[in-house]
Amino acid sequence: MSASVDAITSLKGKFPSVTDRLSSDCPAVNVPTGELIAVLKSLRDERAFDLLSDVTAIDWAEGASPRFTAVYHLYSTTSHAAIRVATSCSGDDSAPKVPSVVPLWPGANWHEREAYDMFGITFEGHPDLRRILMWDGYPYHPLRKEFPLAGIETVLPDSEVAQETKAKVIPAPMMGGPFVASAGEMNLTDAEPRAKDESWSERSAKPGV
Amino acid sequence: MATDFAFPDSAAKAAGAEQEFAPEKMSLSMGPSHPATHGVLRLQMELDGEVLTKCDPVVGYLHRGDEKIAENMTYNQFVPYTDRLDYLAPLANNMAYAIAVERLAKLEVPARCQAIRVLTAEMARVSAHLMGLGAFGLDVGAWSVLVHSLNQREHLYKLFEELTGARFTTSYTRIGGVSRDIPDGWLTRVIAFCDQFEPALEETLSLLTRNKIFQDRTVGVGVISRADALAYGLTGPNLRASGVSLDLRKDKPYSGYEQYAFDVPVGSKGDCYDRYLCRGEEMRQSVRIIRQVVATFPGGDWYAKDARKIFAPPKDKILTSMEELIQNFMIVTEGPQIPAGEVYFEAENPKGVLGFFIVSKGGGVPWRMKIRSPSFCNLSILPKICVGTMMSDVVTLLGSLDFVMGECDR
Repeated sequence: MSASVDAITSLKGKFPSVTDRLSSDCPAVNVPTGELIAVLKSLRDERAFDLLSDVTAIDWAEGASPRFTAVYHLYSTTSHAAIRVATSCSGDDSAPKVPSVVPLWPGANWHEREAYDMFGITFEGHPDLRRILMWDGYPYHPLRKEFPLAGIETVLPDSEVAQETKAKVIPAPMMGGPFVASAGEMNLTDAEPRAKDESWSERSAKPGV
Repeated sequence: MATDFAFPDSAAKAAGAEQEFAPEKMSLSMGPSHPATHGVLRLQMELDGEVLTKCDPVVGYLHRGDEKIAENMTYNQFVPYTDRLDYLAPLANNMAYAIAVERLAKLEVPARCQAIRVLTAEMARVSAHLMGLGAFGLDVGAWSVLVHSLNQREHLYKLFEELTGARFTTSYTRIGGVSRDIPDGWLTRVIAFCDQFEPALEETLSLLTRNKIFQDRTVGVGVISRADALAYGLTGPNLRASGVSLDLRKDKPYSGYEQYAFDVPVGSKGDCYDRYLCRGEEMRQSVRIIRQVVATFPGGDWYAKDARKIFAPPKDKILTSMEELIQNFMIVTEGPQIPAGEVYFEAENPKGVLGFFIVSKGGGVPWRMKIRSPSFCNLSILPKICVGTMMSDVVTLLGSLDFVMGECDR
């Protein structure tokens, strides 16, 4: 672990804008978006953090500022140290932006595509920024906090089938969900069905089918 | 006698035809339902004759939104979902997830609980590698390997069922412990399994290791260089076969792995054959670990007794004691109380490094949970290594990468 602490100390000497980030395990830093590439490159080349384990994002919910944080987990196969680098996305909430790290690690390609797919974060300089888990043309970013757990009605991925059958992708029934009461909210009737669709059940038919 | 071979006209024309026309590239879609894609992976390929010029994997057919679901349920409620990530080794996933949340709560589980988890994770590794091996054999035309390995997996399933109540979807761990202690005499049966498994494994591997047909199809095929493997974030046997000795059980030991002696097999060439050899040796090492765990099996508690807001007490105590009843009620309704913070825990799973990144704002529900699945990363190298290989080698390559789409798509 000391290897990552050393790395952070030298990083702070080189980049004064790097600050510590609260973490329950490995050392973590906050980096301004503009210096992200330089910081990661320096960690990779000078501190031998050669394996990019993971790239992901956090949505701090609507109204939070900054709303989206991109998180990078690095691992060194020589010193076996791990480090977390986080940066706040620039741009407004509907189109957050962060520079792509694909030039440094080609393996970031799919991770960034996933973060784009799930959060709508644009990774600038990414060679092929397409959806990866949802289908092309899907209109939402499902891991954003405003997206309901049950889903939103959309057209089928196959446009020919959609035209022919007029079928749509309908929200999940969420029978008995969503699973848990929010802690601290006294009114459990209001608190529990956070995404519960009660317009239909096993006994009454689903509307519009 | 003059040897002036003259071909018949039609044959000469047929032979010359290919040179006259520039052969057009053919696009070929393989999957999502194809026996060689081991689930619902689709490959959009562009072929020049039999050689691939482009390969674009399409994933997501099995996307269930596990990360979204995790944000809407308590930590314990998510355990069954971890079974369905790498569904060939659910016990290993259960353990990785439980340790991730425990790291966030700064909770240490007792030695007996750690030993149970290591034991089950290694059994899961054997079971997952057996399936990977069998499917790989099947891909390259060796049917009998699968039959042998399924037979051995059946023995393991019987042990899993006795321990957890389920053969496949075990949901065995809880945050702060496991769902129940091991049954009486179970360890003896684990050792009995090991005793018969070791010779059976050698027999199964002997069907492939020196098999000429198998070697012809795998040696030198699908070579992944050390630099590529690191750049694309490969982990597990796929990375080790390329010559990087990265095994988190050794490098960053968790759950008491530092007590057990085992070797980390590393490949030299990074081809399909090396990946096969690594998996074979890892099974031998797993059996070695299993024997050590059983030999040094600790007594004492099998769950964190003092974590009153995290681990629900055993049922007999709930039904007889008011304190435990309240404790159970709070954990069931509001979830285990985990402090705010961020944690990223990686475990060495059969397919590679399974990571859980959990952001908590306190309470029983995570704010964000990212699952870093090894199969997803291992597949991302396909566009790079498939180019220039023969169509039939793609099947070998997919088999040797040993991925699970449930984990890739989450």
